[in-house]
Amino acid sequence: MAISFKQKPGIVAYLTAGDPDLQTTLAIALAAIDNGADVIELGVPFSDPLADGPVIQRASERAVGRGVRLADVLETARQLREARPACGLVIFSYLNPVVRMGMKQFCAAVKAAGVDGALLTDMIVEEADEYLAEMKANGLAPIFLAAPTSPDARLKAIAEASRGFVYAISRVGITGTQQKVAGDASELVRRLRVFTEPQGIPIAVGFGISNAEHVRAVGEFADAAVIGSALVALIEKTAPAEAAVTVGKFIAGLRA
Amino acid sequence: MSVTAPLRTKADSAAGVRAGRFGVYGGRYVPETLMAALEELEQAYAVADADPAFHAELDGLLHHYCGRPTPLYFAKRISEQLGGAKIYLKREDLLHTGAHKINNALGQGLLARRMGKQRIIAETGAGQHGVATATVCALFGMECVIYMGEEDMRRQELNVFRMRLLGAEVRGVGAGSATLKDAINEAMRDWVTNVRDTYYILGSALGAHPYPTMVRNFQRVIGREARAQMLEQEGRLPSAIVACVGGGSNAIGAFYEFLCDKDVRLVGVEAGGRGTALGEHAARFQQVGGGLPGVLQGTYSYVLQNDAGQVATTHSVSAGLDYASVGPEHAMLHDSGRAEYTSASDAEALAATSALARTEGILPALESAHAVAEAMKMAPKMAKTDVILVNLSGRGDKDMGILAKEMDLRGATPQRDGTL
Repeated sequence: MAISFKQKPGIVAYLTAGDPDLQTTLAIALAAIDNGADVIELGVPFSDPLADGPVIQRASERAVGRGVRLADVLETARQLREARPACGLVIFSYLNPVVRMGMKQFCAAVKAAGVDGALLTDMIVEEADEYLAEMKANGLAPIFLAAPTSPDARLKAIAEASRGFVYAISRVGITGTQQKVAGDASELVRRLRVFTEPQGIPIAVGFGISNAEHVRAVGEFADAAVIGSALVALIEKTAPAEAAVTVGKFIAGLRA
Repeated sequence: MSVTAPLRTKADSAAGVRAGRFGVYGGRYVPETLMAALEELEQAYAVADADPAFHAELDGLLHHYCGRPTPLYFAKRISEQLGGAKIYLKREDLLHTGAHKINNALGQGLLARRMGKQRIIAETGAGQHGVATATVCALFGMECVIYMGEEDMRRQELNVFRMRLLGAEVRGVGAGSATLKDAINEAMRDWVTNVRDTYYILGSALGAHPYPTMVRNFQRVIGREARAQMLEQEGRLPSAIVACVGGGSNAIGAFYEFLCDKDVRLVGVEAGGRGTALGEHAARFQQVGGGLPGVLQGTYSYVLQNDAGQVATTHSVSAGLDYASVGPEHAMLHDSGRAEYTSASDAEALAATSALARTEGILPALESAHAVAEAMKMAPKMAKTDVILVNLSGRGDKDMGILAKEMDLRGATPQRDGTL
């Protein structure tokens, strides 16, 4: 399993694949890995990203507008795997593009691309039997979201179904940057630990993590921090040719 | 394009049925943050539904405040003109606020009050659900925020003003095609963010469990009344029931009490828009260029989409039918063949609006006009002893602006002397 957080806290970098274009996404991902990101989450652009704030909505709309498809994102993932055999690599998608491809076909394609795991935003544990069976058959890590609103019984089910890591949502709400790490986050991680500890599964905290101070704060109670909207916003305002270098510097600065 | 295998769960294959499932359709596909709220809602609804006091209060308001029961009216002149089956209209258009939407908004409003939620959010397409929700919030003294696509705000501006007059905040949504689907996305984002103190009154039989079941149950009153009225007036059940289908709440409400009456045809009418190509209509069940099973906004149902799973844009002259997916119970009824689904074009809906206005003095909402258009196609082919029940889900007052514009574009504006 290539998902591991060698330094504490680990860094998971989310990128909306195909924004501004797939080649640039690949270059940015390589730069992120080379500057300390442990795991790359390649986001599949979707027409109706209802869990996302304005930044990722705009990126998604641009990528969908360019005709970027799930199959294209998997090809980019394959190239990334070829170039960096040891990095952690996760596909992040809304469910519908996966349903359209077919769950069985999706899991096989993820495996073939050399990807380690998947996170499906609108897939909950109760509906996941077929998904879990196919992921298991392919030796892939299903990653589920845990929310501050999830009662303990749900956290238990989430921890037991997840492999690779559990993605703890720092606050109720949609994706997007914020001033400081919400107080909800440490409390959620404390409750979640009870169930992840026996499995030895790490916890990554995401939503609103955008700078070195946030990463340090998350490091005090969790295993890794997920940087999403802050990266996507940075890419949005940077010329494509300079995006990889800019993102590389940004990632390097997160552990400074 | 092949239809991929449906999403399966252990419970489906073991028990065959599970709460929130309609055959393979329905379920719950939402961000984890909403799960606790959906479970809380499911429980609160089950308790309320089993409580006679809840139903007594709802029935009392539906009667004294909304004007239920609504009449079942024999449309004699248009029936004679068409020369076939007798057409009856279930007059949901006469309800307070002008459409069937109040049945559900009132039910969920009462539920929200029982749950102690003071902040209400809702989406709206044509504005009828938004108006109904704003009305209920005014009645119960609750804070109200309505999400509406900017395109829909433009074409249903009277309803925007109505909602504001009732004290609701209307927030425009400019994303996507700026119609109903985009309004639901934004309402769900609000709900995810404010889930601890906010109740989301979803307006159609859509979304994650328990919404499709709950909304259908609040709309069942349509079919329950119509069944008794038809037996009283005609001494028989209708040959067919015709209703328009956007999300499908008025249709499922009209159909539900007749599901076991196998001789009663159930006909859902989708928006045929201005063409059969993807993007030109909202006919999810259309054979070619129609929808495929998929997950949108919490439920597994038919979705208009491309072969990469990106949801397609839609078009209809009627904002209330302009939606890329459809309630999961309709998906099941479609596959089982218990209900038939067809479509009426923009032009046919406009013509049906004129026809009903001129023969019966009843101006249907553009949504409901799709059902009228289908009944006008069916009636001449049926015997004089046959009976068609049309669910006239709403009235057309809200559509004057768009009717004037569309009739002008088609050179069909009525003359000064009223002739066409």
